[in-house]
Amino acid sequence: MSWLLILPILIPFCTAIPAFFAGGNAQLSARISLAGSAIGLVAALVLFCQVHDQGVIAGQMSGWAAPFGITLVADMLSAIMVVITAITGLAVAIYALGEIDDNQSELGYHALFQILLAGVTGAFLTGDLFNLYVWFEVMLIASFGLLIMGGRAEQIDGAVKYVALNLVSTILFVSGVGLLYGETGTLNMADLSRAVAEHPDQGMMVLISLLFMIAFGVKSAVFPLFFWLPASYHTPSFAVSAVFAGLLTKVGVYALIRSFTLIFTSDPGITHTILLWVAGFTMVTGVLGAAAQSDFRKVLSFHIISQIGYMVLGLALMTPLALVGSVFYLVHHIIVKANLFLIAGISEKLTGGSNLYKIGGLYGAAPLLAALFLIPAFSLAGFPPLSGFWAKYILVKASLDTQAWLIAGTALVVGLFTIFSMTKIWAEAFWKEHPDEITPEPPMDGTALWPRYAAVIFLALLTVAIGLVPQPFLELAETASAQLLDPSAYIAAVLGEPVEAAQ
Amino acid sequence: MEPLLAILVGAMVAAAIYLMLDRNLLRFLFGLILISNAANMTIFAAGRLTPERPPLVPVGAKAPLTDVANALPQALVLTAIVIGFGLFAFALVLALRAYDNLGTLDTSEMRLAEPRSENDT
Amino acid sequence: MKPSIILVAATRLLVVLLLLFSVFMLWRGHNEPGGGFIGGLIGATGFILYAIACGADATREALRVRPEFIAMGGLATSLIAGLISAPFGDAFLTGQWLFFGGSEGEKGFPISTVLLFDIGVYAVVMGSALSIVFALEDEVE
Repeated sequence: MSWLLILPILIPFCTAIPAFFAGGNAQLSARISLAGSAIGLVAALVLFCQVHDQGVIAGQMSGWAAPFGITLVADMLSAIMVVITAITGLAVAIYALGEIDDNQSELGYHALFQILLAGVTGAFLTGDLFNLYVWFEVMLIASFGLLIMGGRAEQIDGAVKYVALNLVSTILFVSGVGLLYGETGTLNMADLSRAVAEHPDQGMMVLISLLFMIAFGVKSAVFPLFFWLPASYHTPSFAVSAVFAGLLTKVGVYALIRSFTLIFTSDPGITHTILLWVAGFTMVTGVLGAAAQSDFRKVLSFHIISQIGYMVLGLALMTPLALVGSVFYLVHHIIVKANLFLIAGISEKLTGGSNLYKIGGLYGAAPLLAALFLIPAFSLAGFPPLSGFWAKYILVKASLDTQAWLIAGTALVVGLFTIFSMTKIWAEAFWKEHPDEITPEPPMDGTALWPRYAAVIFLALLTVAIGLVPQPFLELAETASAQLLDPSAYIAAVLGEPVEAAQ
Repeated sequence: MEPLLAILVGAMVAAAIYLMLDRNLLRFLFGLILISNAANMTIFAAGRLTPERPPLVPVGAKAPLTDVANALPQALVLTAIVIGFGLFAFALVLALRAYDNLGTLDTSEMRLAEPRSENDT
Repeated sequence: MKPSIILVAATRLLVVLLLLFSVFMLWRGHNEPGGGFIGGLIGATGFILYAIACGADATREALRVRPEFIAMGGLATSLIAGLISAPFGDAFLTGQWLFFGGSEGEKGFPISTVLLFDIGVYAVVMGSALSIVFALEDEVE
């Protein structure tokens, strides 16, 4: 059982090593990375099936019993996130076949990419707050390396802001861990769920929970802590920014969901009200920021922020339906956002730029790309019958059910503004003529575009599939939401049956 | 001992925040290392300060014979120091690269990735 | 700037001592204070001293392997140490022990995956510390 849990983390690590040693041979290294990602997806799916059949499963690494050992837990939410991470990883690995050049490969792009995937997967599977911190750092260090790879001045500039703000968040996180340990004497999340609820000084617990909220808030780029994201996400190569956009902030959201449903639930009047305001402001500032941008990836970066607001909204409302919405939104958003960044990469390759006012004519030159852009773009804006429609629909319905009219209205208006941004990209990059009167042509230097298209088509098909057949995905999200709201199965899986714990 | 350590942590955080508010990237980094040490001190103090022995089990015994210091916070601090050390070393290299490439350490002058006006690009 | 002759001469001795000491630290780390991390740092210090005295390029030559490769090799070693427990049906990272020449009442000479893991940590720390230092040296030059 415990091997099932560790494999999705181990496989990327084991892939990273040969990929690094083969770094001098870009093609070989990329293929190793691709093969590793494919095997990783299989392992993730096996884990998912187990969780689906048997409920929450937990394992102790190196055989020390919880709450003392290194615990890995997979409930439905973790399993879904692991699978979606593996899917994104596979898509980006396919895309990287076409984009990553010899130089980046020699610097260790493929190895760092796999370590990043391992870090993300580890963060989803760990059952211990301190290990969550360690996985965050694994992820962060790999992302630093990927962000500055190539070393253009613009990248360094973006990286300074990214590194600075993420390090601050790291320190807040570790201080929170220290204080929580001092108060409760445990860091195992299942054990903490009990210890925090029983703690005599609930005010202190709320205070500590706010430290965690700020730390995870920086990671998930919520208002007003998001400034590192639009400063850096448009600078690295497209394969890198796609995996960042898809996965990194979502780990922060996952950590928020996990800690504010499992651990800090004693005073939702304070914590979840703050989260609700944060969600609203995040949605609005993100979408307004996007409206002012003219760079393809900057528009998309601000939209990440705005979409994070929706996910936090579901957590803030804390009703079963709202959490279903959050989980569904996470899945939908990761696929769509990674896909849009990959499309931005193809468009940059075809037109030679990413400033929307200086490119154009893509509709005539690449009708396939135009069609592929419309799928994630409309899904992002929430057009039926694509995946984004269902995600938004559930969240708006959940807010209406709790009579949260204001936030429901905000969510709808923000959706409208999202359409504005997507239309702007469409009009500027695809519809209008190229300002320099040239027709974008695929470059003739033999650069293969097919891996890039393959990755984009793969993700677009998933978006359509979720949109057309939402029922099974909704059921999974409902299971996840039920497990989040009633963590007794989670706690029992980690600590053993209550009878054993009493002995 | 704990109140004394708490005051020390407070002073370190105050000094660190003062440094981190500076526009100079290098001063920011110094603030960062100070505040990360304050965080480590917090974890250390969270394990309670005791004048006991190191948490080592003598040969032949199965458990420590006397009361020992809490080993877990020390392990956590060690991990946090290691990670902090790695991140800080990276940040220093980055600052040096930034100075080379951008010609400044003043963070408000670093506007390459986010130019003041979009037409500058 | 030309390094001082005293430093260069002393470095030759000190590097050997530091490397030896680092292995000693790694070895004693199992039951006493020490271990792979501190050992790796001490080992890295040896090469850093060499880099200060003779320059980064000379140190690269003395190392023979790129420091990133050392770090990755260390990661591989640690992973293998964790994976060895698989055939025995134990959880990942469970320590596996082999006692050479063990008899009644005598434990023998123990070899364990824990030590292998520590050796991996040693290489990771040394490799990554050195690659950062080399990156800094290159920037300064």
